[in-house]
Amino acid sequence: MMAIRKLLLVALKDFRLIFRDRSALVLMLLAPFLLTIGMGAVTGRFSGTSSNSGIEDIPVVLVNQDDGALGSALVDLFTSADLDALVNPQELNDPAAARKLVDDDESAAVIFIPAGFTASIIPAPGQSSTSDAVRLEFYANPTRPTSAGILKAILDQFLGQVEVGRIAGVVTVSQLLENGYIDPAQAAAVGAQAGEELALSSGTASSIKLNTSTEGGGQMEFDILAYMAPGMALMFLMFTVTYGARSLLVENRQGTLARMLISPTTITQVLGGKVLGIFLTAVAQLAILIGGTSLLFRLQWGDTLGVVALVLAAAFAATGWGMIIAAVLKTPGQIATAGSAVMLLFGLLGGSFFDITMLPKWVQTISKVSPNAWGTEGFLRLARGGSIGSVLTQVAALLIMGAVLFLAASLWMSKRGLARK
Amino acid sequence: MPPILEVHDLVKKYDEFTAVKGISFDIQEGEIFSLLGPNGAGKTTTISVLSTLFSPTSGDATICGYSVTREPQAVKRAIGVVPQEIALYEDLSALENLQFWGQMYGLTGRALSTRIDEVLEQIGLKDKAKQRIKTYSGGMKRRVNIGVGLLHRPRLLFMDEPTVGIDPQSRRAILDSVKELNRQGMTVLYTTHYMEEAEELSDRVGIIDHGELIALGTQAELTRQVGETDTLILHIGENEDPAPLVTALRALEGVRQVNAIDHEVSIVTPAAEEILAPAVTQADRIGIKIHSIDIREPNLEAVFLHLTGRALRD
Repeated sequence: MMAIRKLLLVALKDFRLIFRDRSALVLMLLAPFLLTIGMGAVTGRFSGTSSNSGIEDIPVVLVNQDDGALGSALVDLFTSADLDALVNPQELNDPAAARKLVDDDESAAVIFIPAGFTASIIPAPGQSSTSDAVRLEFYANPTRPTSAGILKAILDQFLGQVEVGRIAGVVTVSQLLENGYIDPAQAAAVGAQAGEELALSSGTASSIKLNTSTEGGGQMEFDILAYMAPGMALMFLMFTVTYGARSLLVENRQGTLARMLISPTTITQVLGGKVLGIFLTAVAQLAILIGGTSLLFRLQWGDTLGVVALVLAAAFAATGWGMIIAAVLKTPGQIATAGSAVMLLFGLLGGSFFDITMLPKWVQTISKVSPNAWGTEGFLRLARGGSIGSVLTQVAALLIMGAVLFLAASLWMSKRGLARK
Repeated sequence: MPPILEVHDLVKKYDEFTAVKGISFDIQEGEIFSLLGPNGAGKTTTISVLSTLFSPTSGDATICGYSVTREPQAVKRAIGVVPQEIALYEDLSALENLQFWGQMYGLTGRALSTRIDEVLEQIGLKDKAKQRIKTYSGGMKRRVNIGVGLLHRPRLLFMDEPTVGIDPQSRRAILDSVKELNRQGMTVLYTTHYMEEAEELSDRVGIIDHGELIALGTQAELTRQVGETDTLILHIGENEDPAPLVTALRALEGVRQVNAIDHEVSIVTPAAEEILAPAVTQADRIGIKIHSIDIREPNLEAVFLHLTGRALRD
């Protein structure tokens, strides 16, 4: 009991100290708030009054040359009442004219639905599917990455659901054949019908939701701040943990670490308390930023349990990074410099400034070493309506990352010794 | 009565460097024992090992019957440590610092608050207890630094150069408080490189140099080692080169030792009054102007000079 008490004592002391450091508070809380507001302002998040989406009436051109049901369904989706506030669709037949609208910055993107699109996915009875699926073309305006990204997300979701429908059709036919309800001669016709129905039933406008219902039952729309706020919070989380890690070396230098070690307190209690202090500070920082953006900007972070799990896991992984930095580096100055560099690098890799899916695959792979990448991905899933189950991979990855880093830091510190000589 | 502290052949090495070279001494309960030595002599390392911060390379020490190597937690409860640096949290108030450190020593509740009140009274900072440490003067910080070491009423208090870098008034207050603590029954191990502090405070003194304990005893016992000698101090101009004078003085009959530190030339001799006139003559001959002359009876500085050939400040 006394052992835990000492550990908590050290942790709470550190927690209190960091919240008394005005410059640290500016970087921990004010900076991410201001940057989030700034990014939100740039994307128009605060200009509207009717919607909390921030981005409204995204101009998009639809060129539908497909005469099948899927092409029509996609056009219906973009012209549906559900997306009325978010997108401003325009239908054209001339691909060149459509491209020109994007080139002239009058539209965020063009979606080309080529002839034969439906048939390439759901072949008519008696026909086999074409070996090469007809591809949709998405022509994006590079000067409007956020708007184009949102359109792309809608399109991806539509295509995903169409694919689900197609597979469901195949499975349905297999089951019917297996159970003898239809004979092989009927399979093609039944498959086409089932596939089309399933694809369209899941791909209709009414079923396309960018977000899901909130706990209160209201509709939650996609909010650009749901991307910006976690990115900023996670980036400045790295500042907090490196600041905390730096305090270990500062305490070593100012003699308070030695003073703790010569009191009836074990190294484990002292080090455990320091780590817990950093972790608690990180959790508090994320909680304040999440609470603050929820209250001030009415930002919906999504499933509460999922958010809590992600916050704890991200704080744990980030604390692990803080400890490894403290273990490897030798002076508070080195940690401050390295901490800033790591904060920015992880911010870039983790998608704090832009969507990392726009980066090459190998960069996306490297980004997985940062808690930011996993955290941002998880928070986005929750903001788009995911439950805690949808972020289990991200939570697990963050916990494993933290555990590995703690182990490495412990080994390094035990080799080097905690107190100065 | 067994000693409260017994040190046996204590050695502490850092890689190839040996900071403490097999020292042995003991301290009786109720004593003020000073470890006197220049900077880098091994005083702080000795305190660090005795306070269990570092393990000795070899040897051992017992405090209140507990071994520093085998029973460090028991040792930690018996001792209080006032480190050389101000080991406090600058963004916390004196009160918050005392609360934190008191709890680290297991004090809680009413016992803690009562003891904090007593310590604040003792260090004279009761009315400023809620101010953050960073707003304090150097002397006030030193007093809180000492207060933290006293919170849990240790039987043995280690004070590692507690007067370094403070004004004479605060220094006086600290020396008086050490004497008062000792009067109340506390045993003190005090390290310093100020000979005057060791002379004023100590029942016994250990002189340490290059990690070795080169002399140990009461002040009287130590000065007897020097013999019936005085030290003649010639104060010369700041721009004068003392080297030729030192050479000339060493040649005089009856001179045992001559050293120059800054613009002071010290001559150890059994007959200071007889040496005085020839010394002044030599200075005149060389062209060095003497500003003033002191004659000092044997003291710890002379003992150190006698034993090492160097002054404490070297």
